[in-house]
Amino acid sequence: MKLFTCQELAKKIPCNVKIAIFKDSSVPVELGLNIIDSGINNIELVTVPTGGLLIDMFIGAGCVKTLETSGVSLGEIGPAPRFTEAIKSGSIEIKDSTCPAIYAGLQAAEKGNPFMPLRGLLGSDILRYRSDIKVIDNPFNPDEQIVCLPAIKPDFSIFHAPLADRQGNIYLGRQQELKLLAHASRQTLVTVEKITDIDLLGDPKTAPATLPAFYVAGVAIAVGGAQPLNLPNSYDTDYETIRSYAKAAKSQEGFCDWINRRLALCKTAA
Amino acid sequence: MQYNIQELLIATIADLIKPSNTIAVGVLSPIPGSAALLSDYQAKEKKKLYILGSDNPDFRPDHGVEIFDLAGQGRIDTFFLSGGQIDGSANINLTGVGPYPTQHTRWSGSFGSAYLYFLVPKVILFRERHTRQTLVDSVDFISSPGSSPNQVYRPGGPSHLVTNLCVFDFNKDKNHFSLKTIHPGHTLEEVLDNTAFDFEHHPKPEITKFPTPSMLTLLREEVSSKIREIYPNFAAKVWP
Repeated sequence: MKLFTCQELAKKIPCNVKIAIFKDSSVPVELGLNIIDSGINNIELVTVPTGGLLIDMFIGAGCVKTLETSGVSLGEIGPAPRFTEAIKSGSIEIKDSTCPAIYAGLQAAEKGNPFMPLRGLLGSDILRYRSDIKVIDNPFNPDEQIVCLPAIKPDFSIFHAPLADRQGNIYLGRQQELKLLAHASRQTLVTVEKITDIDLLGDPKTAPATLPAFYVAGVAIAVGGAQPLNLPNSYDTDYETIRSYAKAAKSQEGFCDWINRRLALCKTAA
Repeated sequence: MQYNIQELLIATIADLIKPSNTIAVGVLSPIPGSAALLSDYQAKEKKKLYILGSDNPDFRPDHGVEIFDLAGQGRIDTFFLSGGQIDGSANINLTGVGPYPTQHTRWSGSFGSAYLYFLVPKVILFRERHTRQTLVDSVDFISSPGSSPNQVYRPGGPSHLVTNLCVFDFNKDKNHFSLKTIHPGHTLEEVLDNTAFDFEHHPKPEITKFPTPSMLTLLREEVSSKIREIYPNFAAKVWP
């Protein structure tokens, strides 16, 4: 397996593509900063199924055209400031969704199906404003209606994981949703804490929690690559840094200052 | 024993979910999470709890999709939802205020509400701030409706609404709330003044039960450390 640098991985993503990002623990913050630094724009972002810090950073940096999400917040720290502002000003197009609908869209793509039926949503304003979501009569019970979600086919999914082996297989730990994400996406780019000499698929203990290299288009090492967010069993959330972000990003100027300082740090480390 | 408002709300919700066996708790829900843990500590038979956001293997499903699959099959009996706005028909708004999509007040989003509200039989609505701005006549955006017509598969829906002032029952046939109890130290006038929707009430409503000393001991000695793993800031505020 060829190992890339984080910058090289970031440069694989062009403008005008659809990118899917999993919610907390596994968020590729360092890769995300490099993507922001590469200057891409006009991306369709899908949060799986919700988002936080990194999504807010992409929005603040002006990368995002469309956002499909079930919710964006900084968790216990509070609202996501750049997301909130972008909605108010109309600078991004919002496709409001609900968590299982995003999973259902990815499951449709994973199976190569055009859509996936799902309970719920009927009578909600989410459905009312999403012309791409359809309602049909249940073909097995015509007295009942059911919602159909179109397949979500991301061009890229990106995430951070604890470990990759020499073949490019990725150890996910408990974050099994990442398999769905990778299965549904054309290309998956991954940063990891380290490379191991173990064959992750060869060992029955690690194999069930491993994403096969088949799905992986590129791997880079990024030590602390999810910080200031957490990586289970490796490091905890750095609430101080997230608080400083929440405060700074209340204004666009404050956001730019914060992100530039972080990028400078990122480059010094590389 | 002295108690704070969060402890009262946790104990009140724990009482409401006493009969529940399989309880799921969503994100950004420290009070329902604490109530679920407390009800489990008090129960004779161990309950199954799913607390989203927890890394503790006791409380987490296999993966994020599983919670929705379980709800779809009817294997979760109790869930909790909140709303930036909740109206008299139990419609909830987690999305924002003002003309959509460029709302002048935007909240995080609907999360799993537009699905779980339909499927989990007992959904307890929860709102710590009881005002005319939060308990409205009609929500600005229906993130998830409180009830559905016949052609919609809907085994689930609201059972109660718990606020910092009182507890409401939801009457599914009449599609509205009735006042169940008022928390100690508050009055019917206060509830009426701060609620923008109409609700049924007795002229002299009952008072919400105080948390018992054994509940408070369990909360402080057992629940607090478990909830701290997920909500450190909340735990630091309630149990300094």
